[in-house]
Amino acid sequence: MLGMPDDIWVPIKLTIELATISTLSLLVVATPLAWWLARSKAWFKEAAAAIVSLPMVLPPTVLGFYLLIALGPDGPGGLIASLWGARTLAFTFTGLVIGSILSSMPFVVQPIRNAFAAVGDRPLEVASTLRASPTRAFWTVALPLASPGLLTGAVLGFAHTVGEFGVILMIGGNIPGRTRVMSTAIFDFVETMRWREANLLAGGMVAFAFVVILAMTLLEKRFTRAGA
Amino acid sequence: MTASHAIRAEFRGTIGKFALDAGFTAPAKGVTALFGPSGCGKTTVLRCIAGLLRINGVCEIDGEVWQDENGAFLPTHKRPLGYVFQEASLFQHLSVRRNLLFGAPRHDSSGSAGAIVFDEVVELLGITRLLDRSPRNLSGGERQRVAIGRALLSQPKLLLMDEPLSALDRATKNEILPFLERLRDHLNLPVVYITHDIAEVERLADQMVLMEKGRVIGAGPLEDLQSDPSLPLAAARDAAVSFNGIVQASDEAYGLVTLKIRGGMLTAPAPPAPVGERRRIRVIASDVSLTREPPAPSSILNVLPARVVSTKPVDSSEIIVVVALGQDGAGARLLSRVTRKASEALGLAEGMSVYAQVKAVALAPGRGELG
Amino acid sequence: MKLTALAAALVGFLTSLAAPVHADVTHVAVAANFTEPAKEIAALFKQKTGHEAVLIFGASGAFYTQITHSAPFEVFLSADAERPKMAVDNGYAVPDTLFTYAIGKLVLWSRVIDVTNGEAALKAGNFQKLSIANPVAAPYGTAAVETMKALGVYDALKPKIVQGNSIAQAFQFVDTRNAELGFVALSQLHGVTEGTRWEVPMKLHAPIFQDAVLLKTGANSEASKAFLAFLKGPEARAIIAKFGYVLELS
Repeated sequence: MLGMPDDIWVPIKLTIELATISTLSLLVVATPLAWWLARSKAWFKEAAAAIVSLPMVLPPTVLGFYLLIALGPDGPGGLIASLWGARTLAFTFTGLVIGSILSSMPFVVQPIRNAFAAVGDRPLEVASTLRASPTRAFWTVALPLASPGLLTGAVLGFAHTVGEFGVILMIGGNIPGRTRVMSTAIFDFVETMRWREANLLAGGMVAFAFVVILAMTLLEKRFTRAGA
Repeated sequence: MTASHAIRAEFRGTIGKFALDAGFTAPAKGVTALFGPSGCGKTTVLRCIAGLLRINGVCEIDGEVWQDENGAFLPTHKRPLGYVFQEASLFQHLSVRRNLLFGAPRHDSSGSAGAIVFDEVVELLGITRLLDRSPRNLSGGERQRVAIGRALLSQPKLLLMDEPLSALDRATKNEILPFLERLRDHLNLPVVYITHDIAEVERLADQMVLMEKGRVIGAGPLEDLQSDPSLPLAAARDAAVSFNGIVQASDEAYGLVTLKIRGGMLTAPAPPAPVGERRRIRVIASDVSLTREPPAPSSILNVLPARVVSTKPVDSSEIIVVVALGQDGAGARLLSRVTRKASEALGLAEGMSVYAQVKAVALAPGRGELG
Repeated sequence: MKLTALAAALVGFLTSLAAPVHADVTHVAVAANFTEPAKEIAALFKQKTGHEAVLIFGASGAFYTQITHSAPFEVFLSADAERPKMAVDNGYAVPDTLFTYAIGKLVLWSRVIDVTNGEAALKAGNFQKLSIANPVAAPYGTAAVETMKALGVYDALKPKIVQGNSIAQAFQFVDTRNAELGFVALSQLHGVTEGTRWEVPMKLHAPIFQDAVLLKTGANSEASKAFLAFLKGPEARAIIAKFGYVLELS
């Protein structure tokens, strides 16, 4: 594809798939969580927030290790996998998605939480005085007002998943076409001293990261200016 | 007063360090002003009526129970109310038009099915040319007008307004007040209106609820509260009484208008007005002096017979006298601020016949002047 | 992992500057599979000679890359023969100091199925995942592949193979039972009683020569030379054998 040999193209394709599915899943999971964190008055709220942020500070090997156990036959992953006759969710694309979701979660939850907090109570009070039920107020007022935060979260989540290395290394099994993503492919190329391919992939990742961060900064500027 | 056609609100509770024990009943029509110094709990009461704040109490609007002592509590979004906040709080992500229609009944996307009609409201508030703008490009006064329109278009049975003009400068305030007067005159909608500005109360309200430190210290028709010497209003330096009069005649040559009020007639400088027009009149206590005998001709045009109702000292040197107009003392009440010395010299006492000389009368602009 | 290894090396190096002059320090890059025996040997080395061997554990491939970029290692204990040879050929190591310090033993291990007769188990193929070390990164991985090819099961088992990026990770996959079985180093099973194992006959794969070499950075370090000498000595060899390595090819 695109004139690139398979051992370069397939990891790229896999990485993009992984990042896209993980990001979309993350948005679905992180948004209600961020909403709760932004608005709840529960006494354990900040403790919960700290737990969500753990993947940011834990070394990927630690996270990967616990994931390996959780995804395996001794953990919930094994239980789920048994539904279709498998023993574990490790070494599967699904396992990678779960791993990516957990490791990228803080990067997605944080900007969305901040965006919801910035919305504040007033617009929702106003909505309720205009016959909007809490659900309608969420969808038609809170979410649109927080959309820049969701966008930032999505971009960060996507970028983080693309760069995710440690966790994938721990639970992926490096299966070509299934779990050999760009980061592990680069590792292989370095190990075998195939510097050309390593540089190609790595250079591509650097360029991608640059574009992502640039886009994010510009988008944020545009949204904050418009919202001022 | 029967249970229906009334607004009944009673709330008792503590919010943080603030203790609220306030209750009042007001007619389910016209404007009821909720008045008092900063921090007295007016906004808290309004939020309780709206259901934005929940503490123990009762809230019944025109027969509908919104909250009762047995735990019944209708959530805000189920209450047919409109709420205008002090800062317009328009939805930034929607155009003016979509803001206005946000609370309109779902099936009514054009805003013309309810009693309050989109085109009429937009015209009444003068916001037609703003419809497709973003809230970010509006001035403070424009935003507030849109906020009022938005609240109205949700077809409320009760309109709550929390100091809607406080965040605006004087010029903008004077621009919007006529709109509010028009709303009051055109729409048959009860309004509870919070303000700390007595001028707004006098222009807009018929009823008043006076609050202080979380309690209601007086409730009733505006003139009654203003002329009640036991309330802080009468003792204020700029104490005044506000009531309605009906235009009897206009004297174009001298630029005067004569109005009939309960217990007499008043003449004031004003542009000509149609006979029969109802106008709000304001008389400041320090503009009213008293005599025991019919005074000799003087520059004061308005001299009315009245009877003393009560006298009360306000500080070491002055007292407030409440007089009721008319020979029988059955007319409108005025306040007169006189020195204690003068009062003793005249021997002012309850029931005594006097003549009230009203030096200045302020008239709220008439419809012709509202434009 | 590499970053912390480098950081540890830096700290070790700086503290060694503060160490008393009579006891010298050497920095040894040790292949991950040799971790446990290396620790014991280093302790004994310190006891016997007073010199300190600071051990840094990791993947041989990564070590080699670091060595070619002036990593502060003085001795290199690789998991294969290839990298030390490359180090000598490319001028990073002192020639004539290269020797085989251990010969690795490949083992098929499972905590789920009975692999006592490993060949039969592999041929039967009643499992979903088989764990090996990444062949490009670890010689144990290469040996595993050679074994499977020799037994004629490689093509059949290829879809079931999962790779750990190091022999340690390959072990972890089997240890957490995510893979029913896997090829690990015998040394990793030292002290492990769970599961069943099959020691792979050495004729099925090329010998896993684990070579050591003195790097140019340690050419003048007494401690480094002493460490390598100690490694060849009887006490060290006893420890190496104890951990399941072979000392001589029979």
